Amino acid sequence: MSIMIKTVRALAAAVVLAATAPAFAAGSGPHIERQQWSFAGPFGTFDRAQLQRGFKVYKEVCASCHGLRQVAFRNLAQEGGPSFTEEQAKVIAAEYTVVDGPNDDGDMYERPAILADKFPSPFPNEQAARASNGGAYPPDFSLLAKARAAHRGFPWFVFDAFTQYNEQGADYIYALLTGYDENVPEGVVINAGQYYNPKFLAGNAIGMAPPISDEQVEYTDGTPMTVDQYSRDVAAFMMWAAEPKLEERKAMGFRVIVFLLVFASLLYFTKKKIWRNIAH
Amino acid sequence: MAGHSNYVPQSAAAKWLESRLPVISLVRGSFVDFPTPKNLNYWWTFGGILFFMLISQIITGIVLVMHYTPSTAAAFDSVEHIMRDVNFGWLLRYMHSNGASLFFIAVYIHIFRGLYYGSYKAPREISWILGVVIFLIMMGTAFMGYVLPWGQMSFWGATVITNLFSAIPVVGEAVRTWLWGGFAVDNPTLNRFFSLHYLLPFMIFGVVLLHVWAFHTTGNNNPTGVQPKSNQDTLPFHPYYTIKDLFAIVVFMILFAYFVFYVPNYMGHPDNYIEANPLVTPAHIVPEWYFLPFYAILRAVPDKLGGVLAMFGAIAVLFILPWLDTSKVRSGVYRPLFKQFFWIFAINALALGYLGAMPAEGIYVILSRICTVYYFAHFLVILPLLGFLEKPLPIPASISDAVLASGAGKPAAAVAAPQSK
Repeated sequence: MSIMIKTVRALAAAVVLAATAPAFAAGSGPHIERQQWSFAGPFGTFDRAQLQRGFKVYKEVCASCHGLRQVAFRNLAQEGGPSFTEEQAKVIAAEYTVVDGPNDDGDMYERPAILADKFPSPFPNEQAARASNGGAYPPDFSLLAKARAAHRGFPWFVFDAFTQYNEQGADYIYALLTGYDENVPEGVVINAGQYYNPKFLAGNAIGMAPPISDEQVEYTDGTPMTVDQYSRDVAAFMMWAAEPKLEERKAMGFRVIVFLLVFASLLYFTKKKIWRNIAH
Repeated sequence: MAGHSNYVPQSAAAKWLESRLPVISLVRGSFVDFPTPKNLNYWWTFGGILFFMLISQIITGIVLVMHYTPSTAAAFDSVEHIMRDVNFGWLLRYMHSNGASLFFIAVYIHIFRGLYYGSYKAPREISWILGVVIFLIMMGTAFMGYVLPWGQMSFWGATVITNLFSAIPVVGEAVRTWLWGGFAVDNPTLNRFFSLHYLLPFMIFGVVLLHVWAFHTTGNNNPTGVQPKSNQDTLPFHPYYTIKDLFAIVVFMILFAYFVFYVPNYMGHPDNYIEANPLVTPAHIVPEWYFLPFYAILRAVPDKLGGVLAMFGAIAVLFILPWLDTSKVRSGVYRPLFKQFFWIFAINALALGYLGAMPAEGIYVILSRICTVYYFAHFLVILPLLGFLEKPLPIPASISDAVLASGAGKPAAAVAAPQSK
């Protein structure tokens, strides 16, 4: 009994700690709204059409500055992705030019990309990218959806483990793309070549101009052609680019955990049976 | 160990082997016939869980090495190659990275179990000290493993921690250069960390065998802290504890699988998906969560050398713990005052972990200092004094007495036993 009281006392102390912690939490960084995603949760899967639309947005808008160097054209036709057919992926690849070589004369040469190639980056190196973008470096898209997350703070990060909140990156990308504001509040200084975006993690001023506007990319399936929709679609596409095995992972996880639960319960009853005559 | 074996070789082959190398009776004496206290609760299953985690880390690690490239130019991309192109590479890598965290969860529970039930006290001092040695090697292994993907936190974590050695008077700078193999964290650093990251787990394995040997010589501790008096108090390890440990391991695997399959990046830092860049320092450099309490202690001391000494001191104090605790009573179950201080210490350790993740400014620094002082006070002041000030509860005559009096194996029930005697 007394150990129970003590435990309750300890728990109460922990709760007090938990309740007071946010009061003196850092409180820095923007608030990022949580969005609905088809790939969230234990049974989440990518929306094929959304990934294809997101890819279209990437190709027609983002790709002029942002690379996708970890993703190969063959990935576009792989299971668990945008599900382009192999023929479609070949056609997409052929639209890109890659440098190959050296050939028998010792020269590098350009050729159309094939399925085995990875997406060529728009700039040869970081310095070239910065030189063309007013000193700002447009990051590669391959892992961005896993490499960005707003600070969650205590106690939210504890809940995130239970609610399986893995989509901070996609939420942030959506928030950033829809977060531009022409009305700069008083006291905020935005230098030339920068734009006010209160959702930007590294401060209010971002070097990227508002990248997309309504009706800029044509959707043929009737999906609204709005900045909001484009942002959602490209964020979903980027999540796939960063985690192409997400569907396989979640599907296998379910089977593994069901197996382990059954196995554990069998072991539990076996253990009970073995220990049945032992006072312990 | 072999001395506990009831094994008598029957077949000619077994007799031949036993008379030359008594390996069968060694294994049987250690893991089949070994007399184990019958009242061990589920906190005692973490030893088996840790052994499982060590093997899991070694196997996934060996396969990952087949696909990983230890060079600053290729390391980051080779990890992505594993994640995208290697068959089940994502599974291996997530098992290995989350496995490290689960390993630490289990080891912290294991350590706190030892602290609560006085498993460090005579005659088990050597088991305890070997355990602290394992913990130290684990920390080294985990730290160097985190550097290998060559992300931003890998690079900057390595920079911060290796820079600590420059605080050593006179030779500090030279030691740091020697650790780096150059004048900054670079390719030679990555290569030696990779080499040592592969070596150290096998050293852990070796020390684990010594750790098991030591407590198989003294016998397991148990929730009452009373040494087994007769055969009534013990059970053969197999099948009683093989099945119990296996059940606990499978339950732990469910937790492990949950992290691997559903929240695989929860315990990592997003910045580590950005390739290392020596020219861009992350806003907050934080180590992996399992180092946070020690990181908080490091930053709590305003002096660099002092901070380093305090951080290493926080682990060094564990080595002398068996002689700091002056109480004659082993188990915390019969120590009403100690029990309260144990929980305060546990909360203090969690608070240090939280503070280690926060920026070193304002209120966090002050709280870190208070918690750091309390951490050391627990070992250096409270435990030595408690032995003299505390009036322990009566101790049961034997394990069987405690079990029969309570009618159950739960330590909560065992508490009631001594008073009713």
